[in-house]
Amino acid sequence: MTAFNRLALTLGLGFLYAPIAVLVVYSFNDSRLVTVWSGFSTRWYGVLFNDGPLLASALASLKVAALSATIAATLGTLAALALDRHGRFTGRGAFTGLLYAPMVMPEVITGLSLLLLFVGIEMERGIPTIVIAHATFGTGFVAVVVGARLKGLDRSLEEAAADLGAGPIRVFFTVTLPLLAPSLAAGFLLAFTLSLDDLVIASFVSGPGATTLPMRLYSQVRLGVNPEINAASTLLVAAVSLVVLCASWLSARKGGTTAV
Amino acid sequence: MSVSTARPLGRWLVRALPLIWLALFFLVPFVITLKISFSTPATAQPPYLPVIDWSNGLQGWREFFYALDLTNYQMLAADSLYWEATLSSLVYAAAATAVLVLIGTPMALAMARARPGLQPILVAMVVVPFWTSFLIRVYAWIAILKPEGLLNATLLKLGLIAQPLEILNTPLAVIIGLTYAYLPFLVLPLYAVLSRLDPALPEAAADLGASRMRIFCTVTLPLAMPGLVAGALLCFIPMVGEFIIPDLLGGSETLMLGRMLWIEFFSNRDWPIASAVAVLLLILIVGPVVMFRGAEERREEALR
Amino acid sequence: MQFPSLTPTDPLLRIDRVTKRFGAHRAVDDVSLDLAAGEFLCLLGPSGCGKSTLLRLIAGFETPDAGAIMLGGEDLARQPPHRRPVNMMFQSYALFPHMSVAQNLAYGLQGLGLSRVEITERVQRLLRLVKLEGFEARRPDKLSGGQRQRVALARALAREPRLLLLDEPLGALDRALREETQGELRAIQRRLGTSFVVVTHDPEEAMALADRIVVMDRGRILQAGPARDLYEHPATRFVAGLLGDVNLIAGTLGLEDGATRGVHTAFGCLRALPSLALADAAAGTAVVIALRPERLQLGTGDNTLSGTLVDAAYLGDRVRRQIRMTDGTMLRASASLPGNPGDAGIGQSISLGFAPDAAWILPA
Repeated sequence: MTAFNRLALTLGLGFLYAPIAVLVVYSFNDSRLVTVWSGFSTRWYGVLFNDGPLLASALASLKVAALSATIAATLGTLAALALDRHGRFTGRGAFTGLLYAPMVMPEVITGLSLLLLFVGIEMERGIPTIVIAHATFGTGFVAVVVGARLKGLDRSLEEAAADLGAGPIRVFFTVTLPLLAPSLAAGFLLAFTLSLDDLVIASFVSGPGATTLPMRLYSQVRLGVNPEINAASTLLVAAVSLVVLCASWLSARKGGTTAV
Repeated sequence: MSVSTARPLGRWLVRALPLIWLALFFLVPFVITLKISFSTPATAQPPYLPVIDWSNGLQGWREFFYALDLTNYQMLAADSLYWEATLSSLVYAAAATAVLVLIGTPMALAMARARPGLQPILVAMVVVPFWTSFLIRVYAWIAILKPEGLLNATLLKLGLIAQPLEILNTPLAVIIGLTYAYLPFLVLPLYAVLSRLDPALPEAAADLGASRMRIFCTVTLPLAMPGLVAGALLCFIPMVGEFIIPDLLGGSETLMLGRMLWIEFFSNRDWPIASAVAVLLLILIVGPVVMFRGAEERREEALR
Repeated sequence: MQFPSLTPTDPLLRIDRVTKRFGAHRAVDDVSLDLAAGEFLCLLGPSGCGKSTLLRLIAGFETPDAGAIMLGGEDLARQPPHRRPVNMMFQSYALFPHMSVAQNLAYGLQGLGLSRVEITERVQRLLRLVKLEGFEARRPDKLSGGQRQRVALARALAREPRLLLLDEPLGALDRALREETQGELRAIQRRLGTSFVVVTHDPEEAMALADRIVVMDRGRILQAGPARDLYEHPATRFVAGLLGDVNLIAGTLGLEDGATRGVHTAFGCLRALPSLALADAAAGTAVVIALRPERLQLGTGDNTLSGTLVDAAYLGDRVRRQIRMTDGTMLRASASLPGNPGDAGIGQSISLGFAPDAAWILPA
């Protein structure tokens, strides 16, 4: 690395982490004001843990994320299998388009059009509609992650299993699926995080009584900087870092590839 | 092979399940949005006319279609606000993409040249912010950019400025926010291509007498182009329709289509106009999306 | 697996006019081949010659476009790979990375209706067979290349197939290990009496292993037979060149002295030639004389040639010389003994000779 490389990296990572550092540091600030440091305190964490509606929406978010990521992992894996194994079937182009379009589609469009569907079919809006919406855009991400792994999979492993007398179903469950497991876990986590993170689509398709964490945070953020949110953010950042660290440690240990 | 010998039903389900789901919850909604963009607003629930009368069967559909009109699009065309919003959406996205390329390319290059042992750690460091809540990362900038925020406080203390700078609620804040939020999306695909580049290629160029700058411009950059284009489009496309960043950092004056759509829908409760804006936004990104698919294919080839 | 009773003369495997196309390309083109029980057969050819496709057709990973594949008198056409009484050892070994050695070996035994004890016993027997006792708990990535190769072999043998297909079984091993493993492979094959079909692109390996070599090129079988036949009496220039270095001398068939046949070449007429190959071809037919470098000796012989020594390379067990004939043709002569100090130096003239049975006449 040259001095220029080192500088670019330092500045770039500094840019990425400075705002997060500010959040973390000021979450321990005793004062309500961001610019004034008035001593170390954990009082905002206390406030946070007594904020019933906020905790309820966090729980709702976790529920939505778990359900939608499960659906996305299933559909995404099937889609990846179809694209990798079914060759040039009719409608393959449309299939890939449908799969990948939700990933780049502006969220406002996805959110609005899904809402219009739910209104049109007179489906009651709430947690289930958010789950459906999140599963829909999570599917593409899972398909990308699992598809990359499938592409690198040695086909002769499955042939060997068939050669040793295993039928298609046994081959899938004893060879294909275990080998896909790391990418499946990565895809699930990605879909989970994206669901946990989504404000725009959830705002469109949710109904009364179904408020996710980002929706709750957004309504407070609009009112300005708030130390309680700093505390919530700090916890979120800590949780994410932990997951990413675990994931990269696991994949380094197993010699697999890091997803995303 | 094993899958090809599977029973036809199982084979069909593998393809059909995701297809049906995506058609139902992605394609059909678009068709409905398109149709409602030709409806007129009404003070009803849902707030637009005509609605599809399901009980009337085919007749209901026909009445629905006959009642469609172009009013919403005429309104969009007549109101200069929408023209400005369209233009400024593109300008914001393009400007932020340019800044991203300038910041992200040296970063990705440095990552690819780091010690092999260090590279996974650097990738993880770029990934962590990407996995961290988008909303929160944007929110963090409010505390930094506002008049009595950290940036101004620091600059004032250093004596670099006499008056607090007005950054929050300006286009500059939107560009900073867009750049910040999308940086990992540019760096990661670019790094993926750069790290697989044969290190002997720049060495060969150096051996043939090329300067650092010439090596970068004539060897590294052309070979990394698919990754750079893919990454840039991956940022540009969603930025055009971005809502959170202009809403939180740009203030009420910011004109971007994503935010206009949100306001028409949530504040004005004009669903047909919101749908028309969605259609407009969609048309705007069709070109870049097609380019992105092409770039992705080239990038995958480059990664082979 | 139960087979219908076979008479000793029936082949174990019969490939009858099999064709496999990939698009317009005929990977296997009207191939017929019989394999006797207990035979060790090598499919030899350059990459893309169709040998691997033929193996995959037998295993059931590809379906033939025409023709039939019969095993023990039974048509395999309708049987998917997992129901065929044939096993395959893959070029990449295809060891399941998420399973231990023992689990890999047991994979094919599950579903045969064996008890857990029987499976364990058979796994132990397989480990002994390939000398890997004590490795049962290891993962494939913790094995050396040679050990992996042996696990792959043992796994393919686990179901006691009558026919084992091996795709470049020694291709990933280094040279020293390869020679050692060739012997082991033969020993195991003799001991079990299983028929082996090995695909290889390495002629030396094919010659070391096989009872019979089948040479393929462009989807077709060019020649089949024991190594010695193919080496000494190749049917085509391609086969001659594939099995080892060969001098090919172009000429035309001539009728000399009423009865003695000879071949006119650019550097003279050669008379002492085998009469077998083109006995009844007309005079004037274009032919090629194939002459192995080790059969071309220094000094004079039944046929004597003279030329200029261009290069002499000392290779330890032999010396390889390049000689330019008067017309510019280059010949290679390989002598197993180092020459005398008084031998011709580079650039000096040199005499070469060969006996009638050293040469072989091929169609041009």
